Amino acid sequence: MDLAPQTFRITRADLIRYAGASGDFNPIHWSDRIATKVGLPGVIAHGMFTMALVGRAVTGWAGSPDAVVEYGVRFTRPVVVPDDDHGTEIEVRATVREVTEDGLTRLDLTATCQGEKVLAQARALVRMSR
Amino acid sequence: MSLDPSFVGRTYPPTAPYQVGREKIREFATAIGATDAAYHDPDAARALGHPDVVAPPTFPIMITMTASRQIIEDPALGLDYSRVVHGDQRFRYHRPVVAGDELVCVNTVEEITNRGGHGFLTTRTDVSTVAGEPVVTVWSKLVVRGEG
Repeated sequence: MDLAPQTFRITRADLIRYAGASGDFNPIHWSDRIATKVGLPGVIAHGMFTMALVGRAVTGWAGSPDAVVEYGVRFTRPVVVPDDDHGTEIEVRATVREVTEDGLTRLDLTATCQGEKVLAQARALVRMSR
Repeated sequence: MSLDPSFVGRTYPPTAPYQVGREKIREFATAIGATDAAYHDPDAARALGHPDVVAPPTFPIMITMTASRQIIEDPALGLDYSRVVHGDQRFRYHRPVVAGDELVCVNTVEEITNRGGHGFLTTRTDVSTVAGEPVVTVWSKLVVRGEG
């Protein structure tokens, strides 16, 4: 069963806010100069910010903010965030893979940005409350 | 430079306790745009059976990233952090992190492989309360990119 896709917009301001809240001040997440110097197309989102947004989708589908039992991803492609008012967007999709013997639901997740997958092996085990 | 596989299984001493603050949870939740009441309002969290506001699922990365410096900065391992890329990340919860928790991390080197000139290091961080109650186990796989 496929769940309703969710989309999240990411702007430079979001990355600055996440850097401040999380304490991850790696300059590739705020400086085009440094990002391009290390071979990136430009400033990229923190992998953990993308994972947090996908986590919001997961708790949204599960119906409760404390529903996550297990959650894992592989970061496969950077999410490039242009310096404009629109930023970029990621689309998150989920398929219900199984309901376990102890009543937990296993979700297979995908996250795409500009039509390209940015995560692999993204899975969550949740307590569905609806 | 390849990573020394003999580090696999090495466990480091417990870290100093991290005090989970209500305002830190609110700040983190706001930064990721998570508006669920239980992340912000203690009464809403209590209605779900928690003693105080609940942290979003990826919140513990802040604690474990700092804690895992024990491994990353271990001079004996000699990892070049400027070449490190985050590969995989996984959380397995015993229960959600809540404000008021005092959390201690125990880091273990779980896996080291060297392939195609790159090094792959998987760390496991067992996060528990100072009283010894297990809360969450966190795995991070770091890729150390080879030269050229």
